[in-house]
Amino acid sequence: MSKNITMGDLAIYIHWPFCLSKCPYCDFNSHVRGVIDEDIWADGLMKELDHYRKLSGPRNISSIFFGGGTPSLMSAGLVEKLLNRIAQNWAMAPDVEITLEANPTSTEAGKFRDFSAAGINRLSLGIQALNDADLKALGREHNMKEAREAIDLSQKYFKRSSFDLIYARMGQSLGDWEKELTEALTMAVGHLSLYQLTIERGTAFHTAHSKGRLILPGEDLSADMYDLTQAICDAHGLPSYEVSNHARKGEESRHNLAYWHYADYIGIGPGAHGRLETDGEIYSFCQDRSPEKWLANAVAQGHATAQKDCLTVQMRAEEMIMMGLRLSDGIDLKSFEKRIGQKIDKFINQTYLQHLFELGYMEKGVYQQGNQPGHHLRATKQGRPLLNSLLAQILAH
Amino acid sequence: MTELSKIRNFSIIAHIDHGKSTLADRMIQHCEGLTDREMKNQVLDSMDIERERGITIKAQTVRLKYTAKDGETYILNLMDTPGHVDFAYEVSRCLYACEGSLLVVDSSQGVEAQTLANVYLAIENNHEIVPVLNKIDLPAAEPEQIRAQIEDVIGIDASGAIKVSAKTGEGIDELLNSLVEILPPPKGDPDAPLKALLVDSWYDTYLGVMVLIRVLDGTVKKGMKIKMMAAGTTHLLDRVGVFTPKEILVDELGPGEIGFFTASIKEVSQTNVGDTITEFKNETARPLPGFKPVQSVVFCGLFPADAADFENLRDSMHKLKLNDASFTFETETSTALGYGFRCGFLGMLHLEIIQERLTREFDLDIISTSPSVIYKLHLNKGEVKKLHNPADMPDPTLISHIEEPWILATILVPDEHLGSVLKLCEEKRGEQVELTYAGTRAMLIYKLPLNEVVYDFYDKLKSISRGYASFDYQMDGYREGDLVKLSIMVNSEPVDALAMMVHRAQAEFRGRALCDRLKDLIPRQLFKIPIQAAIGGKIIARETISAMRKDVTAKCYGGDISRKRKLLDKQKKGKKKMRLYGNVEIPHSAFIAALKMGDD
Repeated sequence: MSKNITMGDLAIYIHWPFCLSKCPYCDFNSHVRGVIDEDIWADGLMKELDHYRKLSGPRNISSIFFGGGTPSLMSAGLVEKLLNRIAQNWAMAPDVEITLEANPTSTEAGKFRDFSAAGINRLSLGIQALNDADLKALGREHNMKEAREAIDLSQKYFKRSSFDLIYARMGQSLGDWEKELTEALTMAVGHLSLYQLTIERGTAFHTAHSKGRLILPGEDLSADMYDLTQAICDAHGLPSYEVSNHARKGEESRHNLAYWHYADYIGIGPGAHGRLETDGEIYSFCQDRSPEKWLANAVAQGHATAQKDCLTVQMRAEEMIMMGLRLSDGIDLKSFEKRIGQKIDKFINQTYLQHLFELGYMEKGVYQQGNQPGHHLRATKQGRPLLNSLLAQILAH
Repeated sequence: MTELSKIRNFSIIAHIDHGKSTLADRMIQHCEGLTDREMKNQVLDSMDIERERGITIKAQTVRLKYTAKDGETYILNLMDTPGHVDFAYEVSRCLYACEGSLLVVDSSQGVEAQTLANVYLAIENNHEIVPVLNKIDLPAAEPEQIRAQIEDVIGIDASGAIKVSAKTGEGIDELLNSLVEILPPPKGDPDAPLKALLVDSWYDTYLGVMVLIRVLDGTVKKGMKIKMMAAGTTHLLDRVGVFTPKEILVDELGPGEIGFFTASIKEVSQTNVGDTITEFKNETARPLPGFKPVQSVVFCGLFPADAADFENLRDSMHKLKLNDASFTFETETSTALGYGFRCGFLGMLHLEIIQERLTREFDLDIISTSPSVIYKLHLNKGEVKKLHNPADMPDPTLISHIEEPWILATILVPDEHLGSVLKLCEEKRGEQVELTYAGTRAMLIYKLPLNEVVYDFYDKLKSISRGYASFDYQMDGYREGDLVKLSIMVNSEPVDALAMMVHRAQAEFRGRALCDRLKDLIPRQLFKIPIQAAIGGKIIARETISAMRKDVTAKCYGGDISRKRKLLDKQKKGKKKMRLYGNVEIPHSAFIAALKMGDD
């Protein structure tokens, strides 16, 4: 580790808000548009990069993530332009992780090689299901054949790659999922994101669900699916390091770890969020959500920040606890104190915590990181699937 | 002052929906008590709730001027009385103030249980009864059959029954004329010291407490200093008047007359229905037989759904009490429901009305616990303790035996539903006294424990008879019963608001039903929760809520933090609406739903 300790790490998220079609389960900030003028978008995105450079000061860029929307619809040229601008503005860590989210249609897969040449070193594929019928039901544009090819290509062109699956889908049985996951593990190399299907407001699935046309597995079955997922992935050497993310040791998404560790990150592009510490305060940022509004503001005033708030100590603490407990390792207490400025106990309802210790849902302890022992607070394997309830208790005043 | 021979005082006895209020409207219209423009339906029922539910809660009077066939003008005082068993005492006071009653029967429906009870009360008060067959305009009307039924069931001569339609006005003049001819004029001595009956009283926002009286002897005048003999208080009258039904001030009221006075009285509780009113320092030698203070028969806890509404609820109850001295309340604390009130009522209808008024007129969200009657606990030491809150139940080993109130119920039910009504009465520990027939309807007299009746008897009776059964009761003393306190425990902690007194034979069934219901009402928690029903230390029913298994957001990245934090804040606020039971959070809604349950 030859990092300049006076210069903090920074993660950068870049949002590309366009999709070929809108998936019925997705509530992300994504939009279907005809022709996109990449030059104007490049201008807007680079202006925001410059703007945030002024706010952050010199930093080490530890990771970059192109998310969306569908960032694989961007040209490799645009990606390269943005990476160049980042490299001009900040210092790139030698081992910087640069991820791009991609859809496995053949057109997009055809661009993998160029993305790799542009500097992308990690690809995250939205596979979602391993049979054509379910892919169709999920509103995906690709089929299984394309999915397989895209996975092969991603492993060929990128040093690291991952793909996503959605489970606890309508009509899915425990046996179906076991088969599908086992098959997925024969295809995965170092990383898998396995999300339980959740119904979000403002999606087509939400409407169907509220009208009773979409029936999902109940709590017990989805809990069984979650447990099975843990068991199978453990057995295949891809244990979960976060609620929905599994990786071989060292293959974790460093960029996403920055969120869960509550480190500094900036968000560029429509609807992107950021958390940035300057002068001892942590600020939250949120950019304009509408692509058109964002673009107009970014071009005209150099940024499209719709909201910037200085977070209170209480808010910071709650956010760090909320994010940190998603990790299998939990929260490193020393990092917490360093980031928040106070001990974690001050923010946690001790009566509830004690009770959760007794129930075996939470634990506090010492762990070994290299030669250094650290102290952590974490949700146990049994507690993690209940995290929302645990949080509501320990953060109750 | 009106000459005694020109006065007729009467009340109207009728079952709900048999058209009493409409008939009163027609009579008022016929005598031009109100212009057509002032007339609205059921003018006498002044509270919304009275008009909507078709019941009269407070006594009302109207003084009508009627010119009879003999060419003379008479003063007719109509008294509209509460028709429900809960207000039986008020009914009897009204009857005492009149010399006769109209017995109004729907000629398409026939005699109902409630009518029966009130007619007997009227007969006991030496009333002349004028049978009236109403609703003769209906195609289903069978006036001749109903006339025979009145003779059969009630046992009075109905040959002179008058056929009317309160709706169309047919027969109204004949009815008014018959009143003059048949009813006796009141008696009284205008020169004797004042003697008047306090019939009812209510609170008027502008005038304060208004006292409705019937003068027996002497005269009551504005400016007079009166004494309420039982209360021992004196008041200076500042207004004397009558209702036409509008309030009209008069100088005085003489014997036989019915009217009101005001005397700067602040609370209804200072006036006792049935009290004798006389002139201060010129007292009547013989006060009326006296009054009995009204006693609560049914009790329950009323709690604000939102603890912050406690003071609001207290104020609202005080306001209701201004006008309803029979409603009682005192502060109660429940571990389940927080601060609230233990309230006493005249009966189930009274309870429902109070609840409804609190909700409707005062916009309060309230939770009520299971209604309870008054039990007499005979302790080993010989002491007798009254109990109406299961929470106050002492250690059973200290009790030698428990007595519970019984009632004598009269139920009229169409033949085809008789079987199921008999079954219901047996289930409710009833003892049959009599079973007779009146046409196609059976008249059942049963002795029943009141605690079974307040639990769900009304609702069940209504549903099994499809609304055709009518029911009335009177108290029938106390009897020993094998009663136990059924406690409900959630995670081994007793939930006081759900405790109830039940007969031992019913305990297991009720306990099971409650546990089963609660199992579905209490959301899963982080651990297994036993729900138990127990008598003393003995568990008689048990259910288990399995532990929650999954509650986690699948995706939570950098863009989700703000949203999730807000969600968490909401969740934390939601916790305030929960009550903690040995670490189990029970949402308020679970209690409300559990308390609403019958054993359906």
